[in-house]
Amino acid sequence: MGLDLSFFTWDLVKNFLVGGLVFSVELTLIAMAGGIVFGTLLALMRLSGRSWLALPAAAYVNTMRSIPLVMVILWFFLLIPFAIGRPIGAEWSAIITFTAFESAYYSEIMRAGVQSVVRGQVDAAYALVLTYGQTMRLIVLPQAFRNMLPILLTQTIILFQDTSLVYAIGAYDLLKGFETAGKNFNRPVEAYLLAAVVYFVICYTLSTSVKRLQVRIAIIR
Amino acid sequence: MPMIEIRNLSKWYGAFRVLTDCSTHVDKGEVVVVCGPSGSGKSTLIKCVNALEPFQQGEIVVAGISLTDPKTDLPKMRARVGMVFQHFELFPHLSIMDNLTLAQIKVLNRGKEEALAKAMTLLDRVGLRDQAVKFPGQLSGGQQQRVAIARALAMDPLAMLFDEPTSALDPEMINEVLDVMVELAQEGMTMMCVTHEMGFARKVAHRVIFMDRGEIVEDAPKEDFFGKPRSDRAQLFLSKILHH
Repeated sequence: MGLDLSFFTWDLVKNFLVGGLVFSVELTLIAMAGGIVFGTLLALMRLSGRSWLALPAAAYVNTMRSIPLVMVILWFFLLIPFAIGRPIGAEWSAIITFTAFESAYYSEIMRAGVQSVVRGQVDAAYALVLTYGQTMRLIVLPQAFRNMLPILLTQTIILFQDTSLVYAIGAYDLLKGFETAGKNFNRPVEAYLLAAVVYFVICYTLSTSVKRLQVRIAIIR
Repeated sequence: MPMIEIRNLSKWYGAFRVLTDCSTHVDKGEVVVVCGPSGSGKSTLIKCVNALEPFQQGEIVVAGISLTDPKTDLPKMRARVGMVFQHFELFPHLSIMDNLTLAQIKVLNRGKEEALAKAMTLLDRVGLRDQAVKFPGQLSGGQQQRVAIARALAMDPLAMLFDEPTSALDPEMINEVLDVMVELAQEGMTMMCVTHEMGFARKVAHRVIFMDRGEIVEDAPKEDFFGKPRSDRAQLFLSKILHH
């Protein structure tokens, strides 16, 4: 069986892939932004030294990190409509699920980041009479974020790959676009092969840029 | 009334007692040098004064306000005392200017103009006016510590605490920092300095406190500390650090 790539035309890209790619990127960016915000809050809760904040946060993070993502996607898809009392599209369900799930991973990165800022910085901030909130917001988190930037971006690349799991609830992402095109032209093998190439090119380019960024940050410091 | 008064201070880390019944005071305009072998509790003592370290027993009163009084507004108290750290602890992600203005604006609610003017005056004073736009990582250790002193002074403290301000510095940079401290002392600033720079102590200190194993072993006027006979432990310590 030879490979026939002649079905892969600009029209196909326009009709099947662009919409999927836009959703995959949207999902990645929203889940990243939301994940970093909620993840940072979770990290601060765990580092607060108050068990009524730390324990729930730890339980949430450990639970999310111990369940396969596909299961979380399916469960949220079934549970969210039940919880809010009306149906919700696969796209919105995916956005909520990924934000909730990725928060757990980003939280561990931010926790390590906060711990990477030396104790003396906090002492210095307190000695200047900054409050706990100001110390975190102005002194600790900016440094933590900068220290962890390469790892945060690497996690985002993994997140982009993981968005393909929304096939489980039928959301239309980049992979689904390839799958649909493959079905329409009766070329599933070629379609999946091209999908792999596109994912590879996107992710490889991104991880090379992260590496370059890492070098630049290393020089600045 | 002393500016800083420490009464029967004791502190434990778990079962380990780091400070035992320490009492001393620093009067207004007085310069007190705290020395002693490493692990003797000097840094812990000075951090207690700024409420950066909690303590279990005793009392500290700064400018008439007790740290142990539950009604005391700790932040307000801290604002009266400036602190300089061994490792400078400038904020590396902020420019020198932002390091000096941040707390002025956020804590003292000064306007930006006023904070900038104050910062420039202080930078000028420590001889680093032209470094304002740089970042801490671009400065030498000695320059960073001078900026750190300026940053503490920007809050108009009533007293300054120094926690081994020169021990992380290369030898050739120690004097530029000590010069700033000497000038400060001569202007009448109340200072409590943990340091092994006995030259500095001889020059500007009024009293020297010697600590060992968490206790204040000797608390004497400078002349007595360096002159007359004193405790064996202090003598041994001095002979070790002075004989070169």
